[in-house]
Amino acid sequence: MPPQLLLATAALLPFLGSAAVICLPGHARNAAALLAGLVMVAALACIGLLYPAVAGADTVAWSLDWLPTLGVQIVLRLDGLSWLFAVLVLGIGALVVLYARYYMAAEDPVPRLFCYLLAFVGAMLGIVLSGNLIQLVVFWELTSIVSFLLIGYWSDNASARDGARMALTITAAGGLCLFVGMVLIGHIVGSYDLAVVLASGDAIRSSPLYLPALVLVLAGALTKSAQFPFHIWLPRAMAAPTPISAYLHSATMVKAGIFLMIRFWPVLAGTESWYWIVGTAGMVTMLVGAWSAIFQHDLKGLLAYSTISHLGLITLLLGLDSPLAVVAAIFHTVNHATFKASLFMAAGIIDHETGTRDMRRLSGLWRAMPYTATLAMVAAAAMAGVPLLNGFLSKEMFLAEAVDNAGDHWLNLALPVLATLASAFTMLYSVRFIRQTFFGAAPHDLPHAPHEPVRWMRIPIEFLVFVCIAIGLVPNLTIGPVLAEAVRAVLGARTPDYDLAIWHGFNAPLALSVVALLGGVALYVVFGRRINSNPRGGPWLMDRLDGGRLFERAMTGLVTGARGLEGHLGSERLQVQLRILFLTVLLAAVLAGVARGLDLFAPGKSTDFDPAFALMWVVGAACAVGAAERAKYHRLSATIFVGGAGLVSCLTFLWLSAPDLAVTQILVEIVTTVLLLLGLRWLPKRDAAIPAPAAEVVRARRRRIVDLCIAGFAGLGLAGLAYAVMTRPAVDGIARWFVEEAYPRAGGRNVVNVLLVDFRAFDTLGEICVLGIVGLTVFALLRRFRPASDSLGRPRQQVSHDAYDAARADRSPGETAADALLVPRVVMTWLFPFIVLLALHLFLRGHDLPGGGFAGGIALTIAFMLQYMAQGAEWVEARLRIQPIAWIGIGLLVAVLAGAGSWLFGRPFLTAYFAYWEPPLLGKVPVASALLFDLGIMVLVVGASALMLVALAHQSLRRTRSAEAEAERAAEGETV
Amino acid sequence: MEIVLSLGIGVFAASGIWLMLRPRTFQVVLGISLLSYAVNLFIFAMGRLTVGAPPVLGAGAEVVSVDDPVPQALVLTALVIGFALTALFLVVLLAARGVTGSDHVDGREPHQAEPHPGHPHP
Repeated sequence: MPPQLLLATAALLPFLGSAAVICLPGHARNAAALLAGLVMVAALACIGLLYPAVAGADTVAWSLDWLPTLGVQIVLRLDGLSWLFAVLVLGIGALVVLYARYYMAAEDPVPRLFCYLLAFVGAMLGIVLSGNLIQLVVFWELTSIVSFLLIGYWSDNASARDGARMALTITAAGGLCLFVGMVLIGHIVGSYDLAVVLASGDAIRSSPLYLPALVLVLAGALTKSAQFPFHIWLPRAMAAPTPISAYLHSATMVKAGIFLMIRFWPVLAGTESWYWIVGTAGMVTMLVGAWSAIFQHDLKGLLAYSTISHLGLITLLLGLDSPLAVVAAIFHTVNHATFKASLFMAAGIIDHETGTRDMRRLSGLWRAMPYTATLAMVAAAAMAGVPLLNGFLSKEMFLAEAVDNAGDHWLNLALPVLATLASAFTMLYSVRFIRQTFFGAAPHDLPHAPHEPVRWMRIPIEFLVFVCIAIGLVPNLTIGPVLAEAVRAVLGARTPDYDLAIWHGFNAPLALSVVALLGGVALYVVFGRRINSNPRGGPWLMDRLDGGRLFERAMTGLVTGARGLEGHLGSERLQVQLRILFLTVLLAAVLAGVARGLDLFAPGKSTDFDPAFALMWVVGAACAVGAAERAKYHRLSATIFVGGAGLVSCLTFLWLSAPDLAVTQILVEIVTTVLLLLGLRWLPKRDAAIPAPAAEVVRARRRRIVDLCIAGFAGLGLAGLAYAVMTRPAVDGIARWFVEEAYPRAGGRNVVNVLLVDFRAFDTLGEICVLGIVGLTVFALLRRFRPASDSLGRPRQQVSHDAYDAARADRSPGETAADALLVPRVVMTWLFPFIVLLALHLFLRGHDLPGGGFAGGIALTIAFMLQYMAQGAEWVEARLRIQPIAWIGIGLLVAVLAGAGSWLFGRPFLTAYFAYWEPPLLGKVPVASALLFDLGIMVLVVGASALMLVALAHQSLRRTRSAEAEAERAAEGETV
Repeated sequence: MEIVLSLGIGVFAASGIWLMLRPRTFQVVLGISLLSYAVNLFIFAMGRLTVGAPPVLGAGAEVVSVDDPVPQALVLTALVIGFALTALFLVVLLAARGVTGSDHVDGREPHQAEPHPGHPHP
C-alpha cells in the first residue's frame, strides 16, 4: 500500500471501529474487546509500516479539500514526532483494551466503553496527525468531549457526573482559547497549513499579535495537560473506570497539551513570555502536584497528583529555552506514559481484587499477589527515578538541564533546588505507595479476600514494565532511534548532541539524584506515620486552597449572576417581550430610513382616485378600530368587526386585479370566523363592571398610552412605507417572465395558479406540509383539552330554551333550539351538493381562471361545516364519515406522487406535463400533471381545515357527554 | 387609490399591533388576524396597484400587460397559512386557559404572584 493510503487507513479505522462496536449488543464483552483490539493492532501496524517513510527526517502527507474558500484542508501529516505519539496512543490503547476486557464487570455496558475508547483513539490520532491548525482544534475538542463521556461512563454516580462536567468545562474552555489562538497564528502566517506555520517562526515571534496568540494557545495546552491552576479537573476525572484513567488521564490525552507545546516549540518558544508562562506553570505544577500526591490516601488520587507533577516537570522542561530540554521532555513523555499506565493498571487490579483503593486499609498485599506487587514496585521505582529504569534516564536529563540553566537570577538559582525537592517528593510518595500497599501486616477486613488477578489482566502491565526496564538498560537499542527521529522532526537543524547512556560519570545531576532518592526515603521514615494518619487526606499547608471547591463556588456564582441578570434585563411576560420586539423593529426601521434618506412622498405614478374605494376603506378602518376597542369585553362583536375588515381586504383584492386572492380570502374568512366563534364558548366571562385594584388602574392606563403610541407609530410607518413604494414605478423583475411563460411552459392561463402548482410547486409542497402539521397539532392539543371549570356548564341560551321546553307538556326538550334555525337549516342542508359542485368547479378551472386547489379545498370544507352547523355533529356523523386525518395523508401522498411521477420520464421532481382533453359535456379540460398536484393540495386543505373545525366542535359534545355521565353517577349515588 | 390603501394598511396594522400588546389571549389572536391582513395587503401592494388587469391570460393566451402575479402568489399561500396560524393560536389559548384557568397571556392574572397552583380539575 502507498504510504498515504496507510496513513488515511490508520486515521479512519478507529472511527469506523467505534461505529461498529456500538452496534453490538450490551453484553457482548468479548466481541467488543476483540473488535476494539483488532482495530488498535491494525492501525498500529499501519503506523508501524510507515516508520521507514518518516525515518531520516521525512514526512508523509495526505490532504483533502475541506473549506477551500477559507484555505482550510484536511491534512494528515506524519513525521518523527507524530509517529512516536501515534505509536504511544495505539500501543498503550491495545494494552488498555485487553486490560479493560477483564477489568469491566459483566453488568457494565461494555460496548459503549469501547465505542468511546475507539472514538477517543481516532480523535487523539487526529490531533497528532493533523497537518492543519483548524483540523487540529476540531480533534482537540473531540478528545474533550469523549473524555467527558468516559469520565461520566458510570453516569449513576454523582461524583462521576461532577467530575465529567468539570473536566469538560475546563478543557473545552481551553479548547476555545486554542481555537482563537490558532486563528490568530493562521492570520499572522497567512496559512493554516502546519508545514507553513512551522517554517514561519520568526514572523510569528515578531508579530504584534504574538503575545495574544501565545497566551491563547497556552491556555489550551495548559488546561488540557492539567497545569496549575487548571489541574483541579484531573483528580476528579478519576471517577472514570481505571482503564480509562490509565489511558486518557495519564498516558495519552493529558499529553495532548504537551504534544502541542512540543509541536509549536520551534515557532513559539524562545521568548521571555514563553519562558515565564510555561516555566512558571510547569514549576508550580510540579511542586504542587508532588506535594499533594504525598498526602493522598486513595491510590488513584496519589497517581493522579503524581501525573500532574510529572506533566509539570515536562512543561517546565519545555519552558527552558534549550533544545536539550526538549529532548528530555519528549523522552520523559514516553517514559511517564509507560510507568504511569502500568501503575494505574496495578492500582486497578488492587481495587478489583480487594474492593478498596484506600491505602489506610490496604497492607501486606505482597503475600496475596506477589507478581502484581513486583510489577508495581518496578513501575514505582521507575516513577521515582531509580537507576537502571527508564525514569532514571529522563530524570537525570531533567536535573542536568536544571543545573545547566541555573543562571544569576534568583529564580534560576532556585531551579536545581526545587527540581531536587520535587524529585525527593516523588521518591517519598513512591515509597509510601509501595510500603503501605504491599508490606506490613497481613490485610484484614477487606471487602474481598485478595488474590492474583486473571493472567490476561497482568499481561499489559508485564509488557509495560518490560518496556521500562528495556529502555532503562539499553536506551540506545530501544528508544534511541525513534527518539532521534522525533527530536529531529521538532528541532531540525537545532538538534543537539545528546547521549542516552546510564552512566555519565560523577557529576552534579548524579549527586542531586542521589540526594533526592535518599532524601525521599528519609522524609518517609521521619514523616510517614503522620502522613498516613492525616485524617483529611488533603495536603498540609494547602487546606484553604481547595481548587475544586473554588471552582464549584465560581460556577455557582456564575449561574446565580446569570439568573440575576436575566431577572433584571429579561422578562417572562409576553406583553413586555412583544413591546420590546415592536420597539426594536420601529427603531430599526427609523434608523434605516434616516440612513438611506428615504423620501416618502416622492412624486410618482398613481391610479385614479375612486370615492367608492375610499368609502369602502372608511368602513374597513372603522371595523379595525372597532375590533381593537371591543375585543376585551365584547368578543362576539369584535369577531364580527374583524370579519368586516377581512371583507374589505377581500374587496380590495378584487378591485385591484387579484381575483384569486379575493376568492381565497372570502373563503378563508368564513372558516376563520366559524373557528373563532367555536372558540368563544371556552373563554372566561369578562365584564367591565368588575372593579380592578386602584394601583392596577393607573398602571394599566400608562401601559395603554405607551402601547397606543407604539401601535400608532408602527401603523404610520407602514402606511408611509407602503405609499412610498406604491407611488414609485414598478421594477422590471421576474414577473414578466412568469406571465410570458405561463402558457407555453405550463399550459395555464391563470398565472398565479401556475406559479403555485408548477413554477414554484416545491414551495407549495412545503406549505401544504405546514398546513397538515398544524392540523394534526391542533387535533393533538384538543385531544387532551381540559376546559376550565366555569366553562363547563351549558350555555345560558340553551338552558333557558330547555327550561321553556320542560315547562310545557306539548314540547320535548331541545325543540325550541331546533325551531330557531328551521329555515336556515333546510337551506343549508340543501346547499350541500351545490357547494360541493362549486368547490369542484373552483378546483377544475383553477389552471385557467381564478380558483385552484386552495380555494376548492376550503369551499369543500365549508360545505361540510354548514352541515355541522345545520344539523349538529351527531346527525352529520351518523350519515357522513369524514376522516380528515386520512384526507391529510392522501392529499400529501397525491401531491408527492404527482411530483415524483416526473422521475419516470427522467425529469427532476415536480416537472409538470400538460395537454388538453375534450370530454363530452365538460368542454376543454386541461390535463396537466400539475392538476394532480393541485388535487393533492385540495384534499390536504380539506383534511387540515376540517380536522381543526371538527376537533374544536367536538369539544362541546364531549363535555356534555361527560357531564351527563357525571350527573348519572351522581343520581346513582343518591339512590344507593 | 394609493393614499387610501396605504392609510388603510396603516390603520389595520395599528389596530393589530395594539391588540397584540393587550393582556388577554383572545385580543392577541384578533390582533394577529388584523396584522396579517395589513401585511398581506402590504405585500400585495408591492406589486403596485392596477385596476382591471388580473394576471389571467385571455382565451388565446395572448400576453397582455397584467398585474404582477408574484406578490399575489405569495399572498395566496399566506392567506391559507394565516388561517392555520389563527387556528393554532386559538387552540393553544384554549388549552392554556383550560390548564391555568386564566386567559391572560402569561397564564396568570397580573395581581396573582404565583402561577395557578395546578389543574382546576383534579
